[in-house]
Amino acid sequence: MNCRFRIRTYDNCLSCFRCARECSFGAIEVSESKALAFHHERCVDCQRCVSLCPVGAIYITEAENRFRPNSVFAQNDIQEILIQAETGGALLSSMGASGRNVPIYFDKMLLNASQVTNPSIDPLREPMETAVFLGQRPDGIKRDRDGRIVDNLPPHLELKTPIMFSAMSYGAISLNVHKALAAAAEEIGTYWNTGEGGLHESLYRYKKNTIVQVASGRFGVHETYLNSAAAIEIKIGQGAKPGIGGHLTGKKIIGDISKTRMVPEGLDAISPAPHHDIYSIEDLAQLVMSLKEATGYRKPVIVKVAAVHNIAPIASGIARSGADIISIDGYRGGTGAAPKRIRDNVGIPIELAIAAVDQRLREERIRDRVSVIVSGGIRNSSDAVKAIALGADAVSIGTAALCALGCHICASCHTGKCAWGLATQDPELTKRLDPEKGAEKLVNLVSAWTREIKEIMGGMGINSIEALRGNRRALRGVDLNAKELEILGIEYAGE
Amino acid sequence: MKREGEIRISSGCAISGIFCRDGSRITAEAIKKSIAVMHNRSNGLGGGFAGYGIYPQYRDFYALHIFYDSQSSREETERFLDRRFDIINLSKIPVRQTSKISDAPLIWRYFITPLPHLLQDSQLDENEYTSRAMIAINNSIEGAYAVSCGKDMGVFKAVGYPEDVADFYRLEEYEGYSWTAHGRYPTNTPGWWAGSHPFSLLDLTVVHNGEISSYDANRRSVEMYGYSCNLLTDTEVITYILDYLTRKQGLTLREASEVIAAPFWSTIAAKDEDERSRLAYLRKMFSSFLVTGPFSILVGFDGGMMALNDRLKLRSLVAAEKGRTVYFSSEEAAIRAIEENPDKVWAPRGGEAVIVTLDGEKR
Repeated sequence: MNCRFRIRTYDNCLSCFRCARECSFGAIEVSESKALAFHHERCVDCQRCVSLCPVGAIYITEAENRFRPNSVFAQNDIQEILIQAETGGALLSSMGASGRNVPIYFDKMLLNASQVTNPSIDPLREPMETAVFLGQRPDGIKRDRDGRIVDNLPPHLELKTPIMFSAMSYGAISLNVHKALAAAAEEIGTYWNTGEGGLHESLYRYKKNTIVQVASGRFGVHETYLNSAAAIEIKIGQGAKPGIGGHLTGKKIIGDISKTRMVPEGLDAISPAPHHDIYSIEDLAQLVMSLKEATGYRKPVIVKVAAVHNIAPIASGIARSGADIISIDGYRGGTGAAPKRIRDNVGIPIELAIAAVDQRLREERIRDRVSVIVSGGIRNSSDAVKAIALGADAVSIGTAALCALGCHICASCHTGKCAWGLATQDPELTKRLDPEKGAEKLVNLVSAWTREIKEIMGGMGINSIEALRGNRRALRGVDLNAKELEILGIEYAGE
Repeated sequence: MKREGEIRISSGCAISGIFCRDGSRITAEAIKKSIAVMHNRSNGLGGGFAGYGIYPQYRDFYALHIFYDSQSSREETERFLDRRFDIINLSKIPVRQTSKISDAPLIWRYFITPLPHLLQDSQLDENEYTSRAMIAINNSIEGAYAVSCGKDMGVFKAVGYPEDVADFYRLEEYEGYSWTAHGRYPTNTPGWWAGSHPFSLLDLTVVHNGEISSYDANRRSVEMYGYSCNLLTDTEVITYILDYLTRKQGLTLREASEVIAAPFWSTIAAKDEDERSRLAYLRKMFSSFLVTGPFSILVGFDGGMMALNDRLKLRSLVAAEKGRTVYFSSEEAAIRAIEENPDKVWAPRGGEAVIVTLDGEKR
């Protein structure tokens, strides 16, 4: 029998069977003779058993058996063929892309620091500003009759730190995860995003820190929903699966999810690939204006797209559609479920997309008119700093936020069996996440990153985040070719 | 080695300024003496002066100072000017031979005014018309560099110590109501005269001491609005930001100072409601033009001068007053050298602009 992982134990195992109770994939069971029974082939390496074993007696390894090495067909390729030959279906996967040969450009860019000619700034002694404002800016100022400047800025989002939470829908993830995200966003002074599955009524009170999403399925979209948010996001696409829609199986459409999504229980919730009222850019402009009409022009409208080949002109079109903010999700962005071939082969890395979009918007002289949020594989504070230096206003984190709640990226969200209780609706599993404790972890994570961002900025002698935005001289490349440097708009280390 | 503009060269500096609010015109001897006191703050690789009120007989015309690498670049530039402007007068700028200044380019001065029918067809005001022409010369004519192009003012700069630059240009022969000076300490050899300061566009001149950490964010933003940063210096980008904010956006100089050296959010939060919303508006609206890192600048303009420090005051800047005359300098000693007993000496706070104008003028 083929399996990827092997479950192992040390001899200090107490036989408490905690691991068996924690395993939601049926890989660890208790036999009739009251001994642990391992079904290695079911193990997804989610690390739940390892994390909760009271004596550290269990661990997971790669299986020793391997297919006959072949320079073209890797083991994985053959295994996938076997699965498809068996089932006749498209391969499903979840979380972010795993294209091993696609570079992570964040790792190939290095940051600057001040030496001699200008001073670094100590964030413990001097103010270090990380507040970000997202929204449109008019072309010029206005004065009243007495010459006083009139505030003609359209509605903005105010973030205390340039880190937000990415869209993850109720249904794909549990209500407890939504609760944790909402409470954390409120405490941090940033925003969380409902995703396309509507907003549970109990979370309406987080209105000031909520972004509600309008996606192609229009699940759970109604007037109260739109008005229970600080901003509205039109989701055109996401980095994990550009160009295709979504599919939440009827099994997950139960109880409150059915009510919130406004989809009958047990019925599959299918998001069409395109919005059927947006077949072109002028249609997008109409939807942007409709949503603004519905909310009295009091909320900024975000348009979220996946980073694809033509991302620069697409972003420029969005900027001219009346949208206030563009959100771009890169190749490595996560998902609760996506066809594997799409996830691993469609789209472009977010670093190149940021650079191309920022540059294009500047060439068209409209960069100051819109704000840009980026996401898709932001792993830590230095990724965030590099994204901002390339030209983003703020970053948004999904996978990293789930990791803070326990996720170990086993990429099995689509099975609905998440042992960490995140990407599941099984009440036995969802209760594994205490929303309050979860919120605390998220607050800790974002606070830690913010502290690190201040430290990095201080080292560069920059004491406000806006002076970092698009400041590409703060970056130097290593292990990059001339074309990559040109697109990123940076110089090589040593230049 | 690459020329300035092909690489970014950071530098430390000395700056000094004198402004006669009563409009009395003084020769450049005082400013030369003041900047010479701070000889150690420069390293002989750049010095320069800006004077206002120096061309009263031509005050209605744009005074154009241009460096040329060759006669052919001069001829090309003059053809360019001739097609767009009425050239009232042209001459070489008189210089004194001195062993301390070498490798001088050809240095010419023109007094020009836009050709009326072309100006009308362009649908621009004469300042915009002229500034675009200057930017075009600097961008597209090989070997030509317009150093200044304002009315009744001029910039005199070179590679050398500032006091030697003053001798070279015979500045004791000029009289103005406002003077700024700059001594440069670049971290490597620029060897190019245009890279010295002051930097100028129309009547705006900037001398600057510092190295701003927001440089590329500011540069990439201001270039959106038709400016082209050829020198890659802080001074150039600060000049363009000020021109954009005041001339194109219609901010006052004080408002512009509240953009580039914006108060911290914590400071803004402590203000009364009107002031809070005004300052917050400026920060949000023009966030791309916040300048961080150390700087002290003197901004000369038609009828006035502004001194401004970065908001943490990471560079020294001293101000003094004696009667109707105002002095600014990197060091108090440079003021005392020319005015032993000022009525008042103070160090302006970080981010707090000091703006002086001719009596009876307000800007």
